[in-house]
Amino acid sequence: MIQFDHVSKEFGPTSIALTDIAVEIKDGEFIFLIGKSGAGKSTILRLILRDIIPTAGRVIVDDWDVTKLPQSKIHLLRRKVGMVFQDFKLLMDRTIYENVALGLEILGKSKEETEKGVSEVLELVGLSHKRNSFPLQLAAGELQRVGIARAIVGGPKILLADEPTGNLDPDTSWDIMQILEEIHALGTTVIVATHNEAFVNTMKKRTITLKDGNIITDEEKGKYHQTERGKHHQHHHKEEEKKKA
Amino acid sequence: MKPLRVSWNHIRRSPYQAFAAILTMFLTFLVSGAFGLTVATSLLVLSYFESKPQATVFFKDTAEKSQADALKTTLEATGKTANIKYVSKEDALGIYKEQNKNDPLLLEMVNADILPASLEVSATDPRYLKELEPIMKEADGVEEVIYQKDVVDTLVSWTNAVRLVGGILIILLSLDSILIVMTIIGMKVALKKDEVEILKLIGASKWYIQLPFLLEGGMYGVFGGFMAWMVMFVLILWFRASILSFLGIIPIITTILGSLLSSAFIGSSFGFFFILSSLGFLLGSIGSLVALKKYITF
Repeated sequence: MIQFDHVSKEFGPTSIALTDIAVEIKDGEFIFLIGKSGAGKSTILRLILRDIIPTAGRVIVDDWDVTKLPQSKIHLLRRKVGMVFQDFKLLMDRTIYENVALGLEILGKSKEETEKGVSEVLELVGLSHKRNSFPLQLAAGELQRVGIARAIVGGPKILLADEPTGNLDPDTSWDIMQILEEIHALGTTVIVATHNEAFVNTMKKRTITLKDGNIITDEEKGKYHQTERGKHHQHHHKEEEKKKA
Repeated sequence: MKPLRVSWNHIRRSPYQAFAAILTMFLTFLVSGAFGLTVATSLLVLSYFESKPQATVFFKDTAEKSQADALKTTLEATGKTANIKYVSKEDALGIYKEQNKNDPLLLEMVNADILPASLEVSATDPRYLKELEPIMKEADGVEEVIYQKDVVDTLVSWTNAVRLVGGILIILLSLDSILIVMTIIGMKVALKKDEVEILKLIGASKWYIQLPFLLEGGMYGVFGGFMAWMVMFVLILWFRASILSFLGIIPIITTILGSLLSSAFIGSSFGFFFILSSLGFLLGSIGSLVALKKYITF
């Protein structure tokens, strides 16, 4: 379970990222965090991962008060919480196998256990045939699948994905979403920060909408609200419709 | 074994930096080793002279053995003597004959009567000799008292000078080595900043991230120490005959260098290698640790 207990976060006096956030996420949920850039989506994910600490309030992850977690235990929290990044964060001088294996090597797994675990997750994300390739030899969608494989190989209870399809085309993005849903079906709590309204509206998962650091809606089968699209998006949409006509 | 492999890869991928670090370590350990050996040898020579009779009391020709025995008893009663040995006129002749056995002319001219009987006195601490001096000089039948003190004093001052110069050089070179390793490891950490960040985010422990860098610094030290040991080993073998002829009177040097197949020589060589490598590892690791503390925050 993840609990935000009246959490606020400021990056300096003029930059308020979150204001008095109170939310609870149960084990095994699939959640979309939506909102415009700067709404506070990534801040929530970074707080769960203990990449930053709140200015006020508490963040509880599985009975651990992340806010008070000593430095020496942060890595243990991060082994419970896998993270998928928009920019993949892969090691370019290591093969796909070696990148994914990192997730098990840090746990001190044996060579055999690592081989077995990596093969399983590469199979899950459909990249078994690319295990000896280097990141530079892969397309963006494949790189994101490697990122997911690395995040889940250690068997985390929670998977965070920060704009996982931000750099991908629509078809590839759907592939990634399907993989995340498969991981969720295995019992993992999945939290996805996204701008993609198609996912939110089609998948009908719990959706938390953020605006200027506040939660404005929290719906069980949420949808992307009109207000979240932004004026620019609406204008762009209208232009496209005109062109089609 | 994984951290060692990563460290080795770090070294392999930046050979020039590695060479600079190893060369600095090599110079540090060459100088440290050379001074260390010099000081150790000086101490051996010193202790050899200190273990020899520090004063010899020569008796007059007319003196009786009972007078020598009385002086011996008086000196022992002070509790400041380590060893006192009586050398009779006959014993003195025996020693003289042994020392001059290759010169028959000298042997013909000497008999026991012209050689004095003596007491060879060692104090528990050479400083006590000053206190024992009046007792020895004023005893009945004593002709003359001769000291080894001057030889010992000269040796002590030489050893102290070598220690001082060597100590200062070792400290300066050690600092230099630590700074070089620190700079090189710091550069490597900076180059791998993204990798370190990723490892931290996916849950790698502090030691999983730091150990390869720490071992890398240690390896520079071990390689440097090994090279210094090799050079000194070859030099000692090269000058072995000269060392033996110059310092052969000291039993432990003869024992170690007398035979290259002896357990003393093999043990000392490996012991010296182990000491240099361990110190190298320690020095390199300290340099790495300082860099890690400075460049990686957790």
